[in-house]
Amino acid sequence: MEVREIFLSGPPMKRYLKSINLRELLRPLGQMLLFSVGSTVILSAIVLVLALILDKTVVGQTLFERLNVSLFTYTLVNLPQVAIDGLTIGFVYAAIALGYTMVYGVLEFINFAHSEIFAVGAFVGVEILIALEKYGALSGASLFMAYAYLVLAIIAGMLAAGGLAVAVERVAYRPLRHASRLVPLISAIGVSFLLQDMIRLTESLTTGQFNRIFPTFGNFDHRIILGRMTMGATNITLGVSIKSIIVIVSAVLMLMGLNYMVNATKIGKAIRAVAQDHPTASLMGIDVNRIISLTFLVGGMLGGAAGVLYALKFTRIDPFVGFFPGLKAFTAAVLGGIGNMTGALLGGIVLGMLETYAGSFMGVFTMGAAGTEYKDIFAFSILILVLIFRPQGLMGANVAQKA
Amino acid sequence: MTKRLLVVLSLLLTAGMAIGSQVSAADKVIKIATQSPLSGDQSAVGVDIKRGAELALEQLGGPLTKMGFKLELAPFDDQANPDTGVANAKRIVSDPAILAVVGHFNSGVQIPSSEVYHTSGLVNVSPANTNPKVTTRGYLEVDRIVGRDDVQGVVGADFAAAHKVKSVFVVHDKTAYGQGIAEFFKQRAQEKGMKVLGFEGTEEKANFDSLLSPILAGNPDLVYFGGMYPQASVLFKQARERGYLGMFLSDDGYDSADAVKIGGQSLLEGTGTFYSTVSGPAAVYPGTKKFIEDFKAKFNAAPQPFAAQGYDSMGISLKAIEDAAKANHNKIPTREAVAKAVRALNDYHGITGNFTFNGIGDPTIAKYFVMKVNSADPAKWNDNPVVQTLDIAPPK
Repeated sequence: MEVREIFLSGPPMKRYLKSINLRELLRPLGQMLLFSVGSTVILSAIVLVLALILDKTVVGQTLFERLNVSLFTYTLVNLPQVAIDGLTIGFVYAAIALGYTMVYGVLEFINFAHSEIFAVGAFVGVEILIALEKYGALSGASLFMAYAYLVLAIIAGMLAAGGLAVAVERVAYRPLRHASRLVPLISAIGVSFLLQDMIRLTESLTTGQFNRIFPTFGNFDHRIILGRMTMGATNITLGVSIKSIIVIVSAVLMLMGLNYMVNATKIGKAIRAVAQDHPTASLMGIDVNRIISLTFLVGGMLGGAAGVLYALKFTRIDPFVGFFPGLKAFTAAVLGGIGNMTGALLGGIVLGMLETYAGSFMGVFTMGAAGTEYKDIFAFSILILVLIFRPQGLMGANVAQKA
Repeated sequence: MTKRLLVVLSLLLTAGMAIGSQVSAADKVIKIATQSPLSGDQSAVGVDIKRGAELALEQLGGPLTKMGFKLELAPFDDQANPDTGVANAKRIVSDPAILAVVGHFNSGVQIPSSEVYHTSGLVNVSPANTNPKVTTRGYLEVDRIVGRDDVQGVVGADFAAAHKVKSVFVVHDKTAYGQGIAEFFKQRAQEKGMKVLGFEGTEEKANFDSLLSPILAGNPDLVYFGGMYPQASVLFKQARERGYLGMFLSDDGYDSADAVKIGGQSLLEGTGTFYSTVSGPAAVYPGTKKFIEDFKAKFNAAPQPFAAQGYDSMGISLKAIEDAAKANHNKIPTREAVAKAVRALNDYHGITGNFTFNGIGDPTIAKYFVMKVNSADPAKWNDNPVVQTLDIAPPK
C-alpha cells in the first residue's frame, strides 16, 4: 500500500480497489501452482525411471504374473490419481504447518500444542454438524444449505481454535517469554497433553463416545470421474471427490488470505517487524503482545479450519486425531525452512506428495516386502537427508522475511 | 451404594442358605454357581445367562434329584469387573457344596477368576468367553461351549470361498488380534484357491488413499480387514468413494453400530459388507425352539444372546456331576472328578449344538456366524441377519 494511492481522487470503491496489492494476492497462487506441478513432475519422473529399471527384473515379472500388466504401465496409469491424492493431503499439511511456522517466526519456539488446536477445531466443527443432524437440519438440506452448514462448521472451528490458541499463549507461554528457550517448549508439550485429555474428558462426560463421526450430507462424498483407463484385466478410474476439491480450494483461499495479510497490510507489516526484533518493534509503537496474540489467533484459525476440513475428508475423529497430522505438519514446516511461510507451503505439499507416492508405489516396487505401512519411514528419511545437506530447510536461506 | 448393599445381601442370603441346607440334608446338597454381570450396563445379557442356567437346573436336574441329591443355584454378580469376579470366585471355592461354575460374560473377568477355580480344582463351564487365552492356558477345570476369536480368519475365508470369491486383498491393523486373524484368513484363502493380491498392515486411521491405489489396481472380489471398526469402516467408505464395488469382510471387531455410522450407505453398495462373529442370537440355533418358548413363559421376556449358552453350560455341568456321582457309588463326587467328567463327555446334545471337548477345553466343533450389514441406520444394527453358519474345529 503506497501513500500515493490513498490520496488518489475518485469514488471510494475505485480507490479501495486501487489499494489492493494485486501482486501479493496472486504471488502465492503462482507459488502453489509451481510447487504442486514441480513436485508432481519430479516425483513422477523418479517413479517412472524406477519402474523402467525394475520392469525387466523379477519385480516386473511378479507384477505381470499377478495383474497381467507391465510395471511401467501400472505406474503410468496410477500416477494421476496418486498425484491428486498427494496434493489433497499436502494442502492440509500446509495449512497446519503455517501455524507452526508463524509462531516460530515471532517467538522462535515450536508450539507443540498446535496439533491439539487443530483437533479442537475438528471437534467443534463436527459437534456442530452432529447437533444440526440431530435437529434434523442436515438430512433434507438443499445443496446451498449443505454448503452453508459446512461453512458454518468451518468458521466455528476456526473461531474456537483461534480463541483457544490465544488463550494458550496468554496462559502458558507469555509468563515464560523471558525464560530459557527450553521452558516454553516443555510448557507447550504439557499444554498438548492437557488439551488432548480435556477433549477426551469433555467427550466422555457429554456424549460418552471416543470416536466422533462427520455426518453424511450434501454432495461431498460424490466423486467426479475424470477418466477411465484400461490396465491389464482391470479398469482404473481417475477421479476426484468433491470433498477433496473443497479441501484444496479452501486451503488455497486461506493461504492466499494469509499471505496477503502478512505481506500487504499494516498488521502484516507489524507482524514482520515483531518477527525481526521485539524491542525495536515496540519502540516503533507496535504493541508486541497484541501482535503475538494476533499471530496465535491467525495460526489457530488456520489450524481449526484445517481440522474441520480433515474431518470432512476422513470422516472419523477422536481426541488423539491431532497427533499425526500435527507431527507431519511440523515436519513439513522444518522441511521447508521453519519460520518461512513460503517454505511451510512448499514443505506441506512436498511431504504430502512424498508420502502418497511412497505409500502407493513402495509395495509394488518391493514386491510387497515393504508396503504402505512404511510410507512414513520414507517421508521422514527424506526429511533427514534434506536436513543433513540443507539444515536451514528447502527455502530457509533464500528469503529474508521470517513470518 | 444400593448396588453394593444388594450384593452384600445376596451374599448373606446364599451363605444363610448354605448353613440352612447343611442342617437339613447334611452332605446331600449340590450347588452350582453362576457368575455373570447381574447389575450395570451389561446386566441384560448377564441376567439372562443366569436365567438360562436356572431354567436348565429345573428342567435337566431330574436324574440327580432321583439319586437323592438336592440341587441349588448359587448366582453371583461379577459386575463385569475382574476384581469383583475374583472376590466372588474366592467365596465360591470356599463353599464345598459348589461343584461347578457356569460363567462369565467377559473374557477379561473369566481369565483372572478361573485362576482361582483352577487352584481349587473347581470346574468352570463358560457360556460366552471367546478369548483364546481362556483355554490355551491348558487348565483341566476350564471348558467353553463357544468358538474362539482366532478362528474367525478361517471362518471369513470359508465364507468367501462359498461366495465364489476368486481374488482378495487382505489388510490388518498390526495388533495381535487383527494381524492374527488376517494371517489365518490369508492361509485359508490360499488353501481354498483364492488369489491373495496383497497383504498389508496399517496403523493409519484416516487417510487410506495411498493404500487404496494398490488395492484398486488389482480390483479384487473381496477386501478383508482384520481389526476393529474405526479403521475398517473408514477404509471401506473411502474404497467405495473411489468406485470399488466388490465385497467387504471383517471380523467381530467390526460388530458395532458405529461401523455403519462411519460407513453409512456405502457399506450397502456393491456386493455389500459382512462380518464374522462367534455367537448368534438364540433363534439361529436349530434346537432352541422349545427353550425360547419355555424361557418366555417363565421370565416373560425374550432371551438375550448367550441365554441358550447359559442353559447348555448348566446342562453340561449337571450331566458331568451325574456321571461323576455314578462313578462314586451315588455319593457326592469330588471337584476333580467333576472336572474330569466334563472333559470326558462325549457328544453331549445341547440346544446350541452337540459338544465334545478337546484336551484344553475347546469344543471340537464350534459354530461361527457371518452377518450382513443390512441397514445404514445405526439403530438397526442388531437386526443384521445371519447369512451363513459354519461349524469349525479349533486350531491345533
